[in-house]
Amino acid sequence: MSRTIFDKIWDAHRVTRTPGGLDLILIDRILLHERTGGVALRGLEERGLPVAAPDQAFAVMDHIIDTRPGRTDRTLMPTGTDFILATREAAGKAGIRLFDLDDPQQGIVHVMSPELGIVLPGATLICPDSHTCSQGALGALAWGIGSTEAEHALATSTLRVRRPPRMRIRIDGELAPGVTAKDLALALLGRFGVGGGAGHVVEYAGSAVRALDVEARLTLCNMATEFAAFTAIIAPDEKVIDFLEGRRFAPTGADWAAAAGHWLSLASDDDARFDVERIFDARDVAPMITWGTSPQQVVAIDGAVPAPGAGQGTTEGQARALDYMGLAPGMRLAELPIDAAFIGSCTNSRIGDLRRAAALLRGRHVAPGVKAICVPGSTQVKRAAEAEGLDEIFRAAGFEWRESGCSMCFFAGGESFGPQERVVSSTNRNFESRQGPGTRTHLASPETVAASAIAGHIADPRRVAAR
Amino acid sequence: MKPFTTLTAIAAPLLRDNVDTDAIIPSREMRSVSKKGLADGLFAGWRYVAIGSREPQRDFVLNRPRYAGARILVSGANFGCGSSREHAVWALAEFGIRAVVAPSFNPIFQANCIANGVVPVLLDRDVVAVIAAALEDAASPHLTVDLDAQTVSLDHARVWHFEIDPDAREALLAGRDSIAQTLQLADQIAAFRARDAVARAWIYTSVERTRQAITGDPSS
Ligand code: SF4
Repeated sequence: MSRTIFDKIWDAHRVTRTPGGLDLILIDRILLHERTGGVALRGLEERGLPVAAPDQAFAVMDHIIDTRPGRTDRTLMPTGTDFILATREAAGKAGIRLFDLDDPQQGIVHVMSPELGIVLPGATLICPDSHTCSQGALGALAWGIGSTEAEHALATSTLRVRRPPRMRIRIDGELAPGVTAKDLALALLGRFGVGGGAGHVVEYAGSAVRALDVEARLTLCNMATEFAAFTAIIAPDEKVIDFLEGRRFAPTGADWAAAAGHWLSLASDDDARFDVERIFDARDVAPMITWGTSPQQVVAIDGAVPAPGAGQGTTEGQARALDYMGLAPGMRLAELPIDAAFIGSCTNSRIGDLRRAAALLRGRHVAPGVKAICVPGSTQVKRAAEAEGLDEIFRAAGFEWRESGCSMCFFAGGESFGPQERVVSSTNRNFESRQGPGTRTHLASPETVAASAIAGHIADPRRVAAR
Repeated sequence: MKPFTTLTAIAAPLLRDNVDTDAIIPSREMRSVSKKGLADGLFAGWRYVAIGSREPQRDFVLNRPRYAGARILVSGANFGCGSSREHAVWALAEFGIRAVVAPSFNPIFQANCIANGVVPVLLDRDVVAVIAAALEDAASPHLTVDLDAQTVSLDHARVWHFEIDPDAREALLAGRDSIAQTLQLADQIAAFRARDAVARAWIYTSVERTRQAITGDPSS
């Protein structure tokens, strides 16, 4: 019978079906971070249960650690140090490999895992973090869970899950120059809404997806959680194999040959059936910018704030978002003055993101009064960028250049943007107070963030590049 | 985990779509490496007048005297979206909430509810609106959630059926601990893994070998 990539991976990992109709799925990789990982490891310890397969689990410091140069265990988040210490201690006790804050391979969990070849095509991978779906970009079945499920996976190397339904979003056509995977992800949210994924495993397919490099695929899959999907996945191809070869935890020798052959056989069969099929045309996508407090509240960069009632949430929800964002219907996004610009997060902080932003920033400077920050997604990305001199470009343009971590993608009580400050951000969530109490976040690509920082207002990167 | 059978309690309407887990428990309120001590920070951004303050925002639904002691929450679509933090459910449960009624839930949040004995009650948007309006009008805003019968009822007069995953229903009714249950299958899992380690050796060797290279210890 013909099967989708999801079916192939699921069936290969199904230990048994429980009487309640759930599948017991073997988990190949478990990732933990100090925000939610420490509490899961402690929970397990309190129950007196060991980690079943510590070799297959990895922990990293990314969420709470400071990103200012010269960092230590001290962090701006009150009590943040407790999380760092608890995770270090629990990982040590459990015999789990930890990428600590000074490790040259430390990074945001969804950036460092592909970078190190911890995630592999055809593998099942879980992490108590909603953006785990990013890692489906490599053809793994990777999804976010809560702490209790993380404890379950750590203790048993399995999870009990009801087989999710399958959706394929076929994206054909070429993205226009200056339009990126981030714009595509935002455009999909605008079109299908934040409930659009509805618990499905979403396979992104079509010529536009195949044309994306692995980093861009990570960006696209990253926002599947904003789409309420179970997760996202893209069939692995030669690009993925090239990307993984020689990575630290990738197979080698005869194992590599066997693995790579297997990976290429994972693609959905031609006549495989999906529960839902959707079509999207990449040619219509422009650089996108969110205007509200939900990622579906998004328009093309030359667009205007829509009037409540014009879709993108309930009328009441839209009115609330306008109030929070300090906007009125009809206002043009591309003229809004900004207070800050942020490049970072598991969505857009990889070397390609930084290169494209730097290309715009080279020889230019951020507008007066704009606070601009760049936080590389991993220490490896940071070092690679420095080797190319990108850090110099960012600094010369007036950006702060940070150590890697989640940083101001979210506010945990420490460092933040200010109330009512308008921030253009390459992150994934524009929720109320996500980046600081009362902070107004506009989500966009790193290019749009860079262009807006230079202009001092939300700006179309294609215009700035042409200047 | 406490079993859930049927509950008649005060139900508070918070009729907004996309209530995210940052709103349910702001990150700044997750102060200790613990599943406890979170109720105080529940909805902190909406419940208190200012960040860090504990002065109640008078008009927030959970602060209104008529909803004091609420154990059921009635809300909008895509409830629990955003971060996977289970702290959102721990905070709700510790506050006393045992059931959330909404037109749809974020998948991770829904699984977290079930793992903690909180019932996710799925009802159509129109029905949720009717219930919310009735609660606002009622002399005493009570709702009954009967998990065994899969019904929600208002004043014993109006009754609605809701769907829930059959396994989740069983787990909630029994207060089941799924880790203990899966551990009973340990032999079966070990046998499956042993076969898998032959078929997909690269999944296992890639991490083992690297670890040996790091530690120089083949057993670690
Ligand atoms: S960068 Fe932001 S979204 Fe990504 S894992 Fe960190 S906190 Fe979560």
